[in-house]
Amino acid sequence: MVKWQPVLLANVHRPNSEKIATYLDHGGYESLRKALKMSPEEIISEVKASGLRGRGGAGFPTGVKWSFISKDAPVKYLAVNTDEGEPGTFKDRLIVERDPHSILEGVIISAYAVGANRAFVYIRGEFFLGVKRWIKAISDAYQHGFLGKDILGSGFDLDVTVHRGAGAYICGEETAMIESLEGKRGIPRSKPPYPAQKGLWEKPTIVQNVETLSNIPHIILNGAKWYSGIGTEKSKGMKIFCVSGHVNSPGNFELPLGTPLREIIYEHAGGIRMGHDIKAIIPGGSSTPIISAERIAVPMAFETLQAAGTALGTGAIIVMDETTDMVEVIRRTTRFFVHESCGKCLPCRLGGKQMLNLLENLSAGKGSMKDIDDLEYLAKGIYGKTFCPLGTGMAEPVLSALRLFRDDFEKKITTH
Amino acid sequence: MSDMKTFQKPVGCAITDPAKQSMMLSALYIAQEQKGYLTKEAISQVARRLGISEGEVYSTASYYTLFRMKPVGRNVIQVCEGLSCYLNDGAERVVEYVSAKLGIKPGETTSDGMFTLETVQCLAACGTAPAMRVNDQLYENLTPASIDDILERYKGEV
Repeated sequence: MVKWQPVLLANVHRPNSEKIATYLDHGGYESLRKALKMSPEEIISEVKASGLRGRGGAGFPTGVKWSFISKDAPVKYLAVNTDEGEPGTFKDRLIVERDPHSILEGVIISAYAVGANRAFVYIRGEFFLGVKRWIKAISDAYQHGFLGKDILGSGFDLDVTVHRGAGAYICGEETAMIESLEGKRGIPRSKPPYPAQKGLWEKPTIVQNVETLSNIPHIILNGAKWYSGIGTEKSKGMKIFCVSGHVNSPGNFELPLGTPLREIIYEHAGGIRMGHDIKAIIPGGSSTPIISAERIAVPMAFETLQAAGTALGTGAIIVMDETTDMVEVIRRTTRFFVHESCGKCLPCRLGGKQMLNLLENLSAGKGSMKDIDDLEYLAKGIYGKTFCPLGTGMAEPVLSALRLFRDDFEKKITTH
Repeated sequence: MSDMKTFQKPVGCAITDPAKQSMMLSALYIAQEQKGYLTKEAISQVARRLGISEGEVYSTASYYTLFRMKPVGRNVIQVCEGLSCYLNDGAERVVEYVSAKLGIKPGETTSDGMFTLETVQCLAACGTAPAMRVNDQLYENLTPASIDDILERYKGEV
C-alpha cells in the first residue's frame, strides 16, 4: 500500500483547523494570491487541463462547465452546493466543519475565473455546525480582505451569502437548489437551459460541490500538470471516499482516483467486521447500482465503475456483509427516495410508492412471485423516465439487486 | 381554443420582488423559532413582510421537512433511519430504545412537553453510525448508555 499524503484533508485533523489563523499558518490563501495575478482565462484553462471532474455525483468536467459561462453577461453567480444528502456520503460535512477556508479559497478563485461577483452557499438545514462554520469563515475572510471590494488590491469584488436549506434531498440537484435559493419549493427545472446559461434569477450560474471547490486552490498552486499526474486517464486527482456499513474502521479516506475498491475496504477501512465475507457493495452512494463481491478489484474511477455497470457517484462506499438481507436494504433505499420525491413526475411519485408497497409486503413475508416481477416492471418503468435523476436513482438499486440477489427476494416467499 | 395570455399576470396582481422572495426560507426559520412550529399567524407575518400570498408561503413551507405545522416538545429528537445506521444496529433499534424510554412513538410528544420523537433520512454521519440529532446537536456512535446520558442532559435543562 502506497502511503498517500492527503491534499484535501491535510488540515482537518489539526487543532482549531476551522480557524482562519490555522489555515493561514499552513499556506492558506497563497493560492488566491497567485490566482489573482493570473487572468480568468488562464485559470479556466488550468482547471480544464487538470482534468478535474465534479465531485457531487455527475462527474462533469469543471473547467468545461466554466467555459460555458458567457464573458459578456453583466451579472453571473456562483452557487456552492453544501447540500450533502446522498445516503452514505459524509465528506462535505467534514470539510465544512473542519476546514471551511479551503472551500472558501476555492470559491473566491472560481468566482474570479467565471466573473461572478456574488456567490451563494446553499447548505443543508440539518448541518447546524456547518452553517456556523461557514458564516464564521466568511466573516473572517472579509476581515482579512479576501472578500468584499477590491480583493487583495486586484480590483475583483466578491460577496458571499449563506442560505440554509430546510430538509429536501432534491435541493442537491442544481436546478432544484436554484429554485430553493429563490425562496421557492425546490422542484427541478427543465434543462436546457442549463444553469450556466440561465440559472439563479435567470442569470448565468455555476453550481459546484464543496469537494470540487476545495480542489481548486491546489490546482492553481501546484499546477495542472501535478494534478493530472494523480489518478487514472479519465479520472484525475485525489478523491475522498466515504466508507461505511459493515467495515471495522469506517471513515473518510482521501486517495487517488483509481484506487482499487479492495484496497479501500481491506487496507484503509480495516476489512469486514468479525471476518465476514462481503455480499454487496454500493460504490457511489445510494443512487448507484449495487455490485457484488466479485467486483472488488474494480478501480474506483469514473470510467472503470461505469464499465462495471455502476457509477462513482459521490464516492460513498457502503459495504454489506454476507448476513445482509438485501430485501431490507432495498426497502430502505426505496423508502428514502419515495420520501424525497418532489412529486413532479408520475413514474417517480406513484411508481415509487407502488414499489415501496411491494417491498414492504415482501419484507413482511406477505409477498408473491408476481410481486417480484411487478417490482422489476415498475423499476424499469421509472428508470430514465423522470425529469431529474432522482427517479433513476430510485430504480437503480432495485434493478441491480433483482439482478444480483433475486434469491433473497424469492426466499422471502418460499419460507413463508 | 384557449388564449394563454389571459393566464399571465392578471391586472392588479402584485409582482413578487425576487430579492424578498429569496428570504423565504430564512424568514420561515426565524418565524419557527418563536413557538417551535409555524403558527397561522407566523405564516401570515412572513407573507406580509415578504409581499407574498399566504398560500404561497404555506405551500413553500410545507415542501420542506424542517418546517413544522404542528406544536412540538421543547426538545426534538431526530433518529436517522438511513442504510448505514441500519447496518450498524441503529435506525429502528435506536427508535425503539428511545420510544421505550420516553413512552412515545415517532411523531409523538411526551406528556410533559419535554421531548418529541421523529425519524429522519440520512444525517451524513454514516461513518459514525448510528446517529441522531437533538435540536441542532448531532450525536454519533450511539449506544444505549450514550443515549441515556444524552436524554438525561436534556431533561436537566429547564
